[in-house]
Amino acid sequence: MFDILMILSLVILTCAVLLNIFRVVKGPSSADRVQALDSIGINLIAGIAIFSVYMNTHAFFELILLIGILSFIGTIAFARFIERGVVIERKR
Amino acid sequence: MKPNDVILNTVTKLAAVIIFTFSIDLFWAGHHFPGGGFIGGLTTAAGIVLLYLSFDIERIEKNLPIDYKKMAAIGVLIAIFTGLAGMIYGDNFLEQTFGYFNIPIFGETELATAVLFDVGVALAVIGTAVTIITSISEDEL
Repeated sequence: MFDILMILSLVILTCAVLLNIFRVVKGPSSADRVQALDSIGINLIAGIAIFSVYMNTHAFFELILLIGILSFIGTIAFARFIERGVVIERKR
Repeated sequence: MKPNDVILNTVTKLAAVIIFTFSIDLFWAGHHFPGGGFIGGLTTAAGIVLLYLSFDIERIEKNLPIDYKKMAAIGVLIAIFTGLAGMIYGDNFLEQTFGYFNIPIFGETELATAVLFDVGVALAVIGTAVTIITSISEDEL
């Protein structure tokens, strides 16, 4: 019963990621694509948490924080590129 | 009009501390848990890149005066010399050893020389990653 619940929630998260991929492909502006990629990162974090509960291990808990950090930095870099045109400025 | 990103600067000041703390935790956990020198150095490089993104290059170079090319070279040298230290004591190249010591706060702790090799790996990874990112992303030559 518990395994069925975990697998069902993983399937639902997979559907959410697929819908986000639809937004990445279709999205009219690049801001839509960046937001969809950020949302895919959050869905991956939830999927890893459910998978580590399902596998009954705590070996993947560092990966959750790591994907959070990398998704945050990537989204900020994309946002700066869309808004300013450069990612790292020489002098402000 | 001058662009103003107060929210990004404030969040960066808080998040950089968390990222550096997490990278040190990943570095020390590498012997018994997932982690190690490579991913610890890569997380530290991610924190430095977040500082570069939030502030400009000149301010970071003024407040964090580190030459990252020299840092990568020093890391490789540390990794080689920890390998040579095994040869001095009559073992093979890259021979590692460990021992149990009584440290005042932690009690009996296992100290291994693989940590010194990991320090070299982490310094090489930080230097290489930050050098690549800052050299390809400068907006003017």
